[in-house]
Amino acid sequence: MSEALLHVSDLEAAYGAVKVLHGIDFTVNVGDISVVLGANGAGKTTTLRAICGQVHTSGSIAFHGAEIIHEATADIVRRGIAHVPQGRGTFPELSVTDNLEAGAFVRKDSEINDDIEKWLEIFPVLGERRGQLAGSLSGGEQQMLAVARAMMSRPRLLLLDEPSLGLAPIIIEDLFGRLAAINADEGMTMLIVEQNANLALAVASHAYVLEAGTIAISGEPEVLSGDEAVRRAYLGY
Amino acid sequence: MFLLAVSIDTDPELLLARVLDGLRFGSGYGALALALVMIYKATGVLNFAQGELALLGIYIAWAFSVGWGWPIIVAVILAIFITATLAAGIERTIIRPFDPSNHLPLVIVTLGLFLAINSFVAVTWTTDLKALPSMFPSGNVFAVGVAHLTWSGLGMFITVFAMLGAVTLLLNRTKIGLAFRAVSSNIESAELVGIKVGQTLQFGWALAAAIGTLAGALLVPELQVLDPNVMLSTLVFAFAGAALGGLDSPKGAVIGGILVGLIRNVVVQSVSFIPSELSVGAAVFVILLVLLVKPSGLFGSSKVVRV
Repeated sequence: MSEALLHVSDLEAAYGAVKVLHGIDFTVNVGDISVVLGANGAGKTTTLRAICGQVHTSGSIAFHGAEIIHEATADIVRRGIAHVPQGRGTFPELSVTDNLEAGAFVRKDSEINDDIEKWLEIFPVLGERRGQLAGSLSGGEQQMLAVARAMMSRPRLLLLDEPSLGLAPIIIEDLFGRLAAINADEGMTMLIVEQNANLALAVASHAYVLEAGTIAISGEPEVLSGDEAVRRAYLGY
Repeated sequence: MFLLAVSIDTDPELLLARVLDGLRFGSGYGALALALVMIYKATGVLNFAQGELALLGIYIAWAFSVGWGWPIIVAVILAIFITATLAAGIERTIIRPFDPSNHLPLVIVTLGLFLAINSFVAVTWTTDLKALPSMFPSGNVFAVGVAHLTWSGLGMFITVFAMLGAVTLLLNRTKIGLAFRAVSSNIESAELVGIKVGQTLQFGWALAAAIGTLAGALLVPELQVLDPNVMLSTLVFAFAGAALGGLDSPKGAVIGGILVGLIRNVVVQSVSFIPSELSVGAAVFVILLVLLVKPSGLFGSSKVVRV
Protein backbone atom coordinates (compact mmCIF):
# COMPACT_ATOMS: atom_id res chain seq x y z
CA MET A 1 0.00 0.00 0.00
CA SER A 2 1.52 3.31 -1.02
CA GLU A 3 1.68 6.32 1.26
CA ALA A 4 -0.94 9.08 0.96
CA LEU A 5 0.56 12.54 0.40
CA LEU A 6 -2.72 14.42 0.09
CA HIS A 7 -5.97 13.23 1.56
CA VAL A 8 -9.08 15.27 0.87
CA SER A 9 -12.30 14.38 2.62
CA ASP A 10 -15.76 15.88 2.61
CA LEU A 11 -14.41 19.01 0.91
CA GLU A 12 -16.96 21.71 0.24
CA ALA A 13 -16.24 25.05 -1.40
CA ALA A 14 -18.36 28.04 -2.31
CA TYR A 15 -18.05 31.41 -3.99
CA GLY A 16 -20.37 33.51 -1.90
CA ALA A 17 -23.74 31.78 -1.97
CA VAL A 18 -22.84 29.55 -4.91
CA LYS A 19 -21.67 26.17 -3.70
CA VAL A 20 -19.29 24.56 -6.17
CA LEU A 21 -17.97 21.48 -4.35
CA HIS A 22 -20.47 19.31 -2.50
CA GLY A 23 -18.25 17.18 -0.27
CA ILE A 24 -15.62 15.41 -2.33
CA ASP A 25 -13.11 12.77 -1.17
CA PHE A 26 -9.93 11.72 -2.89
CA THR A 27 -6.36 10.75 -2.18
CA VAL A 28 -3.09 11.44 -3.97
CA ASN A 29 -0.35 8.92 -3.18
CA VAL A 30 3.36 9.68 -3.07
CA GLY A 31 4.94 9.37 -6.52
CA ASP A 32 1.62 9.15 -8.35
CA ILE A 33 0.15 11.27 -11.09
CA SER A 34 -3.49 11.65 -10.13
CA VAL A 35 -5.83 13.10 -12.69
CA VAL A 36 -9.19 14.76 -12.14
CA LEU A 37 -11.35 14.82 -15.26
CA GLY A 38 -14.48 16.84 -15.65
CA ALA A 39 -16.42 19.19 -17.88
CA ASN A 40 -16.46 22.97 -17.60
CA GLY A 41 -18.04 24.03 -14.33
CA ALA A 42 -17.62 20.65 -12.66
CA GLY A 43 -15.41 22.19 -9.96
CA LYS A 44 -11.93 21.15 -11.14
CA THR A 45 -10.29 24.54 -10.77
CA THR A 46 -12.08 25.12 -7.48
CA THR A 47 -10.69 21.83 -6.14
CA LEU A 48 -7.14 23.02 -6.75
CA ARG A 49 -7.86 26.51 -5.44
CA ALA A 50 -9.33 24.96 -2.30
CA ILE A 51 -6.15 22.94 -1.71
CA CYS A 52 -4.14 26.19 -1.97
CA GLY A 53 -6.39 28.11 0.39
CA GLN A 54 -7.73 30.44 -2.30
CA VAL A 55 -11.44 29.81 -1.76
CA HIS A 56 -13.66 29.45 1.30
CA THR A 57 -13.85 25.78 2.16
CA SER A 58 -14.98 23.31 4.77
CA GLY A 59 -14.09 19.68 5.27
CA SER A 60 -10.58 18.32 5.58
CA ILE A 61 -7.41 18.62 3.51
CA ALA A 62 -4.58 16.61 5.03
CA PHE A 63 -1.13 17.12 3.54
CA HIS A 64 1.53 14.78 4.88
CA GLY A 65 -0.78 14.10 7.77
CA ALA A 66 -1.20 17.79 8.71
CA GLU A 67 -4.53 19.58 8.40
CA ILE A 68 -4.04 22.59 6.09
CA ILE A 69 -7.59 23.61 5.28
CA HIS A 70 -7.55 26.91 7.16
CA GLU A 71 -3.96 27.88 6.38
CA ALA A 72 -2.98 30.92 4.27
CA THR A 73 -1.82 30.31 0.71
CA ALA A 74 1.72 31.50 1.46
CA ASP A 75 2.00 28.96 4.31
CA ILE A 76 0.58 26.11 2.21
CA VAL A 77 3.23 26.85 -0.41
CA ARG A 78 5.88 26.63 2.32
CA ARG A 79 4.60 23.16 3.22
CA GLY A 80 5.52 22.02 -0.29
CA ILE A 81 2.52 22.46 -2.56
CA ALA A 82 3.16 24.22 -5.88
CA HIS A 83 0.29 25.25 -8.11
CA VAL A 84 0.41 25.94 -11.85
CA PRO A 85 -2.84 27.88 -12.23
CA GLN A 86 -5.10 27.92 -15.24
CA GLY A 87 -3.93 30.42 -17.85
CA ARG A 88 -0.23 29.84 -16.94
CA GLY A 89 0.05 32.36 -14.11
CA THR A 90 3.53 33.58 -14.95
CA PHE A 91 4.77 37.08 -14.15
CA PRO A 92 4.50 38.72 -17.60
CA GLU A 93 6.62 41.78 -16.72
CA LEU A 94 9.44 39.68 -15.26
CA SER A 95 12.19 37.95 -17.22
CA VAL A 96 12.30 34.16 -17.55
CA THR A 97 15.08 33.88 -14.95
CA ASP A 98 13.31 36.30 -12.57
CA ASN A 99 10.16 34.17 -12.87
CA LEU A 100 12.21 31.12 -11.86
CA GLU A 101 13.84 33.01 -9.01
CA ALA A 102 10.41 34.10 -7.79
CA GLY A 103 9.39 30.43 -7.90
CA ALA A 104 12.10 29.74 -5.34
CA PHE A 105 10.83 32.52 -3.06
CA VAL A 106 10.14 30.18 -0.13
CA ARG A 107 13.60 28.57 -0.30
CA LYS A 108 16.55 29.69 1.79
CA ASP A 109 19.24 27.31 0.48
CA SER A 110 22.18 28.21 -1.74
CA GLU A 111 21.27 26.00 -4.70
CA ILE A 112 18.68 28.30 -6.25
CA ASN A 113 20.94 29.44 -9.09
CA ASP A 114 21.95 25.83 -9.85
CA ASP A 115 18.26 24.92 -9.99
CA ILE A 116 17.53 27.80 -12.37
CA GLU A 117 20.23 26.46 -14.71
CA LYS A 118 18.87 22.94 -14.33
CA TRP A 119 15.35 23.90 -15.39
CA LEU A 120 16.64 26.04 -18.25
CA GLU A 121 18.40 22.87 -19.47
CA ILE A 122 15.34 20.68 -19.01
CA PHE A 123 13.33 23.25 -21.00
CA PRO A 124 15.94 24.42 -23.54
CA VAL A 125 13.45 26.73 -25.23
CA LEU A 126 13.36 28.73 -21.97
CA GLY A 127 17.16 28.69 -21.83
CA GLU A 128 17.24 30.43 -25.20
CA ARG A 129 14.88 33.10 -23.88
CA ARG A 130 16.23 33.49 -20.36
CA GLY A 131 16.45 37.29 -20.49
CA GLN A 132 13.14 37.78 -22.27
CA LEU A 133 10.02 38.98 -20.46
CA ALA A 134 7.62 36.12 -19.77
CA GLY A 135 4.78 38.08 -21.38
CA SER A 136 6.56 37.89 -24.73
CA LEU A 137 6.72 34.07 -24.75
CA SER A 138 4.30 31.91 -26.73
CA GLY A 139 1.53 30.04 -24.92
CA GLY A 140 3.45 26.76 -24.88
CA GLU A 141 6.62 28.45 -23.64
CA GLN A 142 4.69 30.21 -20.90
CA GLN A 143 3.17 26.92 -19.78
CA MET A 144 6.64 25.36 -19.58
CA LEU A 145 7.86 28.40 -17.65
CA ALA A 146 4.91 28.04 -15.27
CA VAL A 147 5.80 24.36 -14.67
CA ALA A 148 9.50 25.15 -14.20
CA ARG A 149 8.65 28.02 -11.87
CA ALA A 150 6.45 25.76 -9.76
CA MET A 151 9.24 23.14 -9.61
CA MET A 152 11.67 25.83 -8.42
CA SER A 153 10.04 25.74 -4.99
CA ARG A 154 11.13 22.05 -4.75
CA PRO A 155 7.58 21.04 -3.93
CA ARG A 156 6.38 17.67 -2.69
CA LEU A 157 3.14 18.01 -4.64
CA LEU A 158 2.64 19.75 -7.98
CA LEU A 159 -0.88 20.89 -8.88
CA LEU A 160 -1.60 21.58 -12.55
CA ASP A 161 -4.80 23.28 -13.68
CA GLU A 162 -5.65 22.35 -17.28
CA PRO A 163 -2.11 22.61 -18.60
CA SER A 164 -3.32 21.79 -22.12
CA LEU A 165 -5.69 24.75 -22.30
CA GLY A 166 -5.23 26.82 -25.45
CA LEU A 167 -2.18 24.91 -26.69
CA ALA A 168 -1.66 23.20 -30.06
CA PRO A 169 -1.95 19.37 -29.97
CA ILE A 170 1.73 18.81 -30.70
CA ILE A 171 2.71 21.18 -27.85
CA ILE A 172 0.28 19.43 -25.48
CA GLU A 173 1.80 16.04 -26.32
CA ASP A 174 5.30 17.40 -25.71
CA LEU A 175 4.18 18.96 -22.42
CA PHE A 176 2.60 15.77 -21.07
CA GLY A 177 5.73 13.83 -22.09
CA ARG A 178 7.78 16.27 -20.01
CA LEU A 179 5.41 16.05 -17.06
CA ALA A 180 5.69 12.24 -17.16
CA ALA A 181 9.50 12.62 -17.27
CA ILE A 182 9.49 15.00 -14.28
CA ASN A 183 7.32 12.51 -12.42
CA ALA A 184 9.74 9.68 -13.23
CA ASP A 185 13.05 11.54 -12.82
CA GLU A 186 12.24 13.68 -9.79
CA GLY A 187 9.69 11.34 -8.22
CA MET A 188 7.34 14.33 -8.29
CA THR A 189 3.81 13.66 -7.13
CA MET A 190 1.26 15.45 -9.29
CA LEU A 191 -2.42 16.25 -9.27
CA ILE A 192 -3.58 17.30 -12.74
CA VAL A 193 -7.05 18.51 -13.61
CA GLU A 194 -7.82 18.21 -17.30
CA GLN A 195 -10.47 18.15 -19.96
CA ASN A 196 -8.07 16.50 -22.39
CA ALA A 197 -8.84 13.04 -21.03
CA ASN A 198 -6.89 10.92 -23.52
CA LEU A 199 -3.52 12.47 -22.76
CA ALA A 200 -4.20 12.84 -19.06
CA LEU A 201 -5.21 9.20 -18.66
CA ALA A 202 -2.11 8.14 -20.59
CA VAL A 203 0.17 9.55 -17.88
CA ALA A 204 -2.09 8.97 -14.89
CA SER A 205 -1.64 6.40 -12.13
CA HIS A 206 -5.09 7.14 -10.74
CA ALA A 207 -8.04 9.10 -12.04
CA TYR A 208 -11.21 10.72 -10.77
CA VAL A 209 -14.18 12.08 -12.66
CA LEU A 210 -15.71 15.19 -11.14
CA GLU A 211 -19.31 15.91 -12.06
CA ALA A 212 -21.29 18.87 -10.70
CA GLY A 213 -19.16 19.15 -7.60
CA THR A 214 -19.04 15.47 -6.62
CA ILE A 215 -16.69 12.62 -7.49
CA ALA A 216 -18.70 10.47 -9.88
CA ILE A 217 -16.16 7.75 -10.73
CA SER A 218 -12.70 6.90 -9.49
CA GLY A 219 -10.17 4.23 -10.33
CA GLU A 220 -7.19 3.12 -12.40
CA PRO A 221 -6.95 4.92 -15.74
CA GLU A 222 -7.59 1.62 -17.54
CA VAL A 223 -10.81 1.18 -15.60
CA LEU A 224 -11.96 4.67 -16.55
CA SER A 225 -11.01 4.26 -20.20
CA GLY A 226 -13.05 1.06 -20.20
CA ASP A 227 -16.08 2.73 -18.66
CA GLU A 228 -18.76 3.30 -21.26
CA ALA A 229 -20.04 6.57 -19.75
CA VAL A 230 -16.56 8.04 -19.27
CA ARG A 231 -15.59 7.08 -22.80
CA ARG A 232 -18.57 8.77 -24.30
CA ALA A 233 -18.43 11.87 -22.11
CA TYR A 234 -14.69 12.55 -21.98
CA LEU A 235 -12.84 10.44 -24.52
CA GLY A 236 -15.13 11.05 -27.44
CA TYR A 237 -15.42 7.55 -28.92
CA MET B 1 -9.25 90.64 -34.54
CA PHE B 2 -7.03 88.43 -32.45
CA LEU B 3 -3.35 88.87 -33.10
CA LEU B 4 -1.01 86.29 -31.71
CA ALA B 5 2.40 87.77 -31.17
CA VAL B 6 4.91 85.11 -30.30
CA SER B 7 8.25 86.13 -28.97
CA ILE B 8 10.75 84.00 -27.19
CA ASP B 9 13.27 85.27 -24.68
CA THR B 10 16.75 84.45 -25.83
CA ASP B 11 18.80 86.12 -23.14
CA PRO B 12 21.28 83.32 -22.31
CA GLU B 13 21.67 84.24 -18.64
CA LEU B 14 17.92 84.29 -18.12
CA LEU B 15 17.60 81.02 -20.00
CA LEU B 16 20.30 79.41 -17.85
CA ALA B 17 18.59 80.69 -14.71
CA ARG B 18 15.31 79.14 -15.84
CA VAL B 19 16.98 75.83 -16.73
CA LEU B 20 18.60 75.67 -13.29
CA ASP B 21 15.27 76.52 -11.62
CA GLY B 22 13.55 73.89 -13.75
CA LEU B 23 16.08 71.25 -12.76
CA ARG B 24 15.87 72.21 -9.09
CA PHE B 25 12.08 72.16 -8.76
CA GLY B 26 11.82 69.31 -11.25
CA SER B 27 14.02 67.14 -9.01
CA GLY B 28 11.53 67.72 -6.21
CA TYR B 29 8.58 66.80 -8.45
CA GLY B 30 10.51 63.76 -9.65
CA ALA B 31 11.17 62.61 -6.10
CA LEU B 32 7.48 62.80 -5.17
CA ALA B 33 6.58 61.18 -8.51
CA LEU B 34 8.89 58.30 -7.55
CA ALA B 35 6.81 57.76 -4.41
CA LEU B 36 3.58 57.80 -6.46
CA VAL B 37 5.00 55.29 -8.92
CA MET B 38 5.98 52.85 -6.15
CA ILE B 39 2.35 52.63 -5.01
CA TYR B 40 0.94 52.63 -8.54
CA LYS B 41 3.32 49.87 -9.65
CA ALA B 42 2.36 47.67 -6.74
CA THR B 43 -1.38 48.32 -6.61
CA GLY B 44 -2.50 50.14 -9.75
CA VAL B 45 -3.84 52.89 -7.49
CA LEU B 46 -2.94 56.58 -7.66
CA ASN B 47 -2.33 57.59 -4.07
CA PHE B 48 -3.81 61.04 -3.63
CA ALA B 49 -2.58 61.08 -0.03
CA GLN B 50 1.08 60.78 -1.05
CA GLY B 51 1.68 64.53 -0.93
CA GLU B 52 -0.05 64.88 2.45
CA LEU B 53 1.95 62.01 3.95
CA ALA B 54 5.00 63.98 2.85
CA LEU B 55 3.43 67.13 4.34
CA LEU B 56 3.07 65.38 7.68
CA GLY B 57 6.70 64.29 7.46
CA ILE B 58 7.80 67.85 6.69
CA TYR B 59 5.95 69.22 9.73
CA ILE B 60 7.43 66.50 11.92
CA ALA B 61 10.87 67.44 10.62
CA TRP B 62 10.02 71.10 11.28
CA ALA B 63 8.97 70.29 14.85
CA PHE B 64 12.21 68.41 15.53
CA SER B 65 14.49 70.98 13.88
CA VAL B 66 12.91 74.40 14.46
CA GLY B 67 10.82 73.45 17.49
CA TRP B 68 13.35 71.36 19.40
CA GLY B 69 16.54 72.66 17.82
CA TRP B 70 17.80 69.32 16.50
CA PRO B 71 20.00 69.25 13.38
CA ILE B 72 17.82 69.27 10.25
CA ILE B 73 19.37 66.06 8.85
CA VAL B 74 18.54 64.17 12.05
CA ALA B 75 15.05 65.68 12.03
CA VAL B 76 14.43 64.59 8.43
CA ILE B 77 15.72 61.04 9.04
CA LEU B 78 13.44 60.72 12.08
CA ALA B 79 10.50 62.12 10.07
CA ILE B 80 11.19 59.55 7.33
CA PHE B 81 11.04 56.69 9.83
CA ILE B 82 7.91 58.03 11.48
CA THR B 83 5.97 58.54 8.24
CA ALA B 84 7.12 55.16 6.89
CA THR B 85 5.86 53.45 10.05
CA LEU B 86 2.63 55.41 9.89
CA ALA B 87 2.12 54.48 6.22
CA ALA B 88 2.69 50.81 7.06
CA GLY B 89 -0.01 51.15 9.73
CA ILE B 90 -2.37 52.92 7.31
CA GLU B 91 -1.91 50.13 4.75
CA ARG B 92 -2.65 47.47 7.37
CA THR B 93 -5.72 49.14 8.87
CA ILE B 94 -7.56 51.06 6.16
CA ILE B 95 -6.17 49.83 2.82
CA ARG B 96 -5.82 46.05 3.22
CA PRO B 97 -9.47 45.38 4.12
CA PHE B 98 -10.45 46.52 0.61
CA ASP B 99 -10.42 44.28 -2.44
CA PRO B 100 -7.09 45.13 -4.12
CA SER B 101 -8.47 44.50 -7.62
CA ASN B 102 -11.20 47.13 -7.24
CA HIS B 103 -9.35 50.41 -7.62
CA LEU B 104 -12.06 53.06 -7.31
CA PRO B 105 -12.86 52.52 -3.59
CA LEU B 106 -9.12 52.57 -2.86
CA VAL B 107 -8.70 55.88 -4.69
CA ILE B 108 -11.57 57.29 -2.65
CA VAL B 109 -9.87 56.05 0.53
CA THR B 110 -6.67 57.87 -0.46
CA LEU B 111 -8.72 61.03 -1.12
CA GLY B 112 -10.18 60.69 2.37
CA LEU B 113 -6.69 60.25 3.78
CA PHE B 114 -5.62 63.36 1.89
CA LEU B 115 -8.26 65.45 3.67
CA ALA B 116 -7.73 63.80 7.04
CA ILE B 117 -3.95 64.29 7.10
CA ASN B 118 -4.25 67.84 5.77
CA SER B 119 -6.73 68.76 8.52
CA PHE B 120 -4.62 67.01 11.14
CA VAL B 121 -1.59 69.06 10.13
CA ALA B 122 -3.57 72.32 10.10
CA VAL B 123 -5.05 71.61 13.54
CA THR B 124 -1.76 70.47 15.08
CA TRP B 125 0.57 73.09 13.67
CA THR B 126 -1.90 75.87 12.64
CA THR B 127 -1.97 77.43 9.18
CA ASP B 128 0.63 80.10 10.06
CA LEU B 129 3.49 80.33 7.58
CA LYS B 130 6.64 78.55 8.68
CA ALA B 131 10.00 77.82 7.11
CA LEU B 132 11.85 74.51 6.95
CA PRO B 133 15.64 74.80 6.95
CA SER B 134 17.51 73.20 4.05
CA MET B 135 19.66 70.11 4.58
CA PHE B 136 22.34 71.64 2.35
CA PRO B 137 24.76 74.52 2.93
CA SER B 138 23.62 77.94 1.70
CA GLY B 139 25.39 79.81 -1.06
CA ASN B 140 26.17 79.17 -4.70
CA VAL B 141 28.27 76.58 -6.46
CA PHE B 142 28.60 79.17 -9.25
CA ALA B 143 26.78 82.27 -10.41
CA VAL B 144 26.59 83.91 -13.82
CA GLY B 145 24.62 87.14 -13.66
CA VAL B 146 21.04 86.24 -12.68
CA ALA B 147 21.76 82.53 -13.08
CA HIS B 148 23.10 80.73 -10.06
CA LEU B 149 23.41 77.11 -9.08
CA THR B 150 22.89 76.82 -5.35
CA TRP B 151 24.37 74.06 -3.21
CA SER B 152 20.85 73.05 -2.27
CA GLY B 153 19.86 72.83 -5.95
CA LEU B 154 22.85 70.61 -6.70
CA GLY B 155 22.19 68.61 -3.54
CA MET B 156 18.56 68.01 -4.54
CA PHE B 157 19.53 66.87 -8.00
CA ILE B 158 22.13 64.42 -6.67
CA THR B 159 19.83 63.18 -3.88
CA VAL B 160 16.99 62.43 -6.32
CA PHE B 161 19.23 60.33 -8.56
CA ALA B 162 20.69 58.60 -5.51
CA MET B 163 17.11 57.75 -4.45
CA LEU B 164 16.39 56.42 -7.93
CA GLY B 165 19.58 54.33 -7.83
CA ALA B 166 18.69 52.95 -4.41
CA VAL B 167 15.14 52.08 -5.48
CA THR B 168 16.40 50.40 -8.66
CA LEU B 169 18.92 48.32 -6.71
CA LEU B 170 16.30 47.42 -4.14
CA LEU B 171 13.81 46.30 -6.80
CA ASN B 172 16.28 44.34 -8.93
CA ARG B 173 18.81 42.96 -6.47
CA THR B 174 16.93 42.07 -3.30
CA LYS B 175 14.41 39.43 -2.33
CA ILE B 176 11.83 41.98 -1.15
CA GLY B 177 12.36 43.77 -4.47
CA LEU B 178 11.64 40.54 -6.36
CA ALA B 179 8.51 40.06 -4.24
CA PHE B 180 7.46 43.64 -4.99
CA ARG B 181 7.91 43.16 -8.75
CA ALA B 182 6.10 39.81 -8.62
CA VAL B 183 3.13 41.33 -6.76
CA SER B 184 3.03 44.22 -9.27
CA SER B 185 2.98 41.75 -12.12
CA ASN B 186 0.45 39.15 -10.93
CA ILE B 187 -0.99 39.10 -7.40
CA GLU B 188 -2.45 35.59 -7.62
CA SER B 189 0.77 34.03 -8.90
CA ALA B 190 2.70 35.95 -6.25
CA GLU B 191 0.59 34.22 -3.58
CA LEU B 192 1.16 30.88 -5.26
CA VAL B 193 4.95 31.17 -5.00
CA GLY B 194 4.57 31.91 -1.30
CA ILE B 195 4.92 35.70 -1.31
CA LYS B 196 2.95 37.39 1.47
CA VAL B 197 1.16 39.95 -0.68
CA GLY B 198 -0.17 42.09 2.18
CA GLN B 199 3.25 42.50 3.77
CA THR B 200 4.82 43.27 0.41
CA LEU B 201 2.29 46.03 -0.29
CA GLN B 202 2.77 47.33 3.24
CA PHE B 203 6.48 47.58 2.52
CA GLY B 204 5.62 49.48 -0.67
CA TRP B 205 3.52 51.98 1.28
CA ALA B 206 6.25 52.50 3.86
CA LEU B 207 8.90 52.94 1.19
CA ALA B 208 6.74 55.38 -0.80
CA ALA B 209 6.05 57.44 2.32
CA ALA B 210 9.78 57.55 3.11
CA ILE B 211 10.58 58.68 -0.44
CA GLY B 212 7.77 61.26 -0.32
CA THR B 213 8.93 62.71 2.98
CA LEU B 214 12.47 63.06 1.67
CA ALA B 215 11.03 64.69 -1.50
CA GLY B 216 9.15 67.21 0.63
CA ALA B 217 12.17 67.91 2.82
CA LEU B 218 14.15 68.67 -0.34
CA LEU B 219 11.54 70.81 -2.02
CA VAL B 220 9.93 72.86 0.74
CA PRO B 221 13.08 74.83 1.70
CA GLU B 222 13.31 75.84 -1.99
CA LEU B 223 9.72 77.09 -1.94
CA GLN B 224 10.71 79.13 1.14
CA VAL B 225 7.30 78.82 2.80
CA LEU B 226 5.72 76.00 4.72
CA ASP B 227 1.96 75.94 5.20
CA PRO B 228 -0.54 73.06 5.11
CA ASN B 229 -1.21 73.58 1.38
CA VAL B 230 2.41 73.50 0.29
CA MET B 231 2.22 70.01 -1.24
CA LEU B 232 -0.95 70.60 -3.28
CA SER B 233 0.56 72.04 -6.47
CA THR B 234 3.62 69.83 -5.95
CA LEU B 235 1.36 66.77 -6.03
CA VAL B 236 -0.20 67.94 -9.30
CA PHE B 237 3.24 68.42 -10.86
CA ALA B 238 4.38 65.06 -9.48
CA PHE B 239 1.31 63.34 -10.97
CA ALA B 240 2.05 65.06 -14.27
CA GLY B 241 5.68 63.96 -14.10
CA ALA B 242 4.75 60.38 -13.28
CA ALA B 243 2.22 60.28 -16.13
CA LEU B 244 4.75 61.80 -18.51
CA GLY B 245 7.51 59.36 -17.52
CA GLY B 246 5.24 56.32 -17.40
CA LEU B 247 3.28 55.48 -14.26
CA ASP B 248 5.01 52.15 -13.67
CA SER B 249 8.59 53.29 -14.24
CA PRO B 250 10.74 54.66 -11.37
CA LYS B 251 13.22 56.06 -13.88
CA GLY B 252 10.34 57.60 -15.83
CA ALA B 253 9.01 59.25 -12.66
CA VAL B 254 12.26 61.05 -11.92
CA ILE B 255 12.91 62.07 -15.52
CA GLY B 256 9.24 62.99 -16.03
CA GLY B 257 9.29 65.14 -12.89
CA ILE B 258 12.42 66.96 -14.04
CA LEU B 259 10.89 67.50 -17.49
CA VAL B 260 7.79 68.99 -15.87
CA GLY B 261 10.04 71.35 -13.92
CA LEU B 262 11.84 72.33 -17.12
CA ILE B 263 8.63 72.78 -19.12
CA ARG B 264 7.19 74.91 -16.37
CA ASN B 265 10.22 77.11 -15.83
CA VAL B 266 11.83 77.27 -19.25
CA VAL B 267 9.19 76.76 -21.93
CA VAL B 268 6.29 78.50 -20.26
CA GLN B 269 8.24 81.48 -18.95
CA SER B 270 10.22 82.00 -22.13
CA VAL B 271 7.26 82.09 -24.50
CA SER B 272 5.62 85.47 -24.20
CA PHE B 273 2.02 84.66 -25.09
CA ILE B 274 1.64 82.26 -22.17
CA PRO B 275 0.87 84.38 -19.09
CA SER B 276 2.93 83.13 -16.14
CA GLU B 277 -0.32 82.70 -14.16
CA LEU B 278 -1.13 79.91 -16.59
CA SER B 279 2.15 78.09 -16.06
CA VAL B 280 0.50 75.20 -14.22
CA GLY B 281 -2.13 74.67 -16.88
CA ALA B 282 0.33 75.14 -19.72
CA ALA B 283 2.72 72.57 -18.26
CA VAL B 284 -0.06 70.05 -17.94
CA PHE B 285 -1.18 70.83 -21.49
CA VAL B 286 2.26 70.02 -22.87
CA ILE B 287 2.15 66.73 -21.00
CA LEU B 288 -1.27 65.88 -22.39
CA LEU B 289 0.15 66.37 -25.88
CA VAL B 290 2.96 63.91 -25.12
CA LEU B 291 0.51 61.38 -23.68
CA LEU B 292 -1.68 61.63 -26.78
CA VAL B 293 1.27 60.40 -28.82
CA LYS B 294 2.58 57.90 -26.25
CA PRO B 295 -0.18 56.92 -23.79
CA SER B 296 2.05 54.72 -21.62
CA GLY B 297 4.43 57.63 -21.01
CA LEU B 298 8.06 57.97 -22.01
CA PHE B 299 9.38 54.96 -20.08
CA GLY B 300 6.21 53.11 -19.11
CA SER B 301 5.60 49.57 -20.24
CA SER B 302 2.68 49.28 -22.61
CA LYS B 303 0.74 46.18 -21.71
CA VAL B 304 1.14 43.92 -24.71
CA VAL B 305 0.92 40.32 -23.59
CA ARG B 306 0.88 37.27 -25.81
CA VAL B 307 -1.49 34.52 -24.84
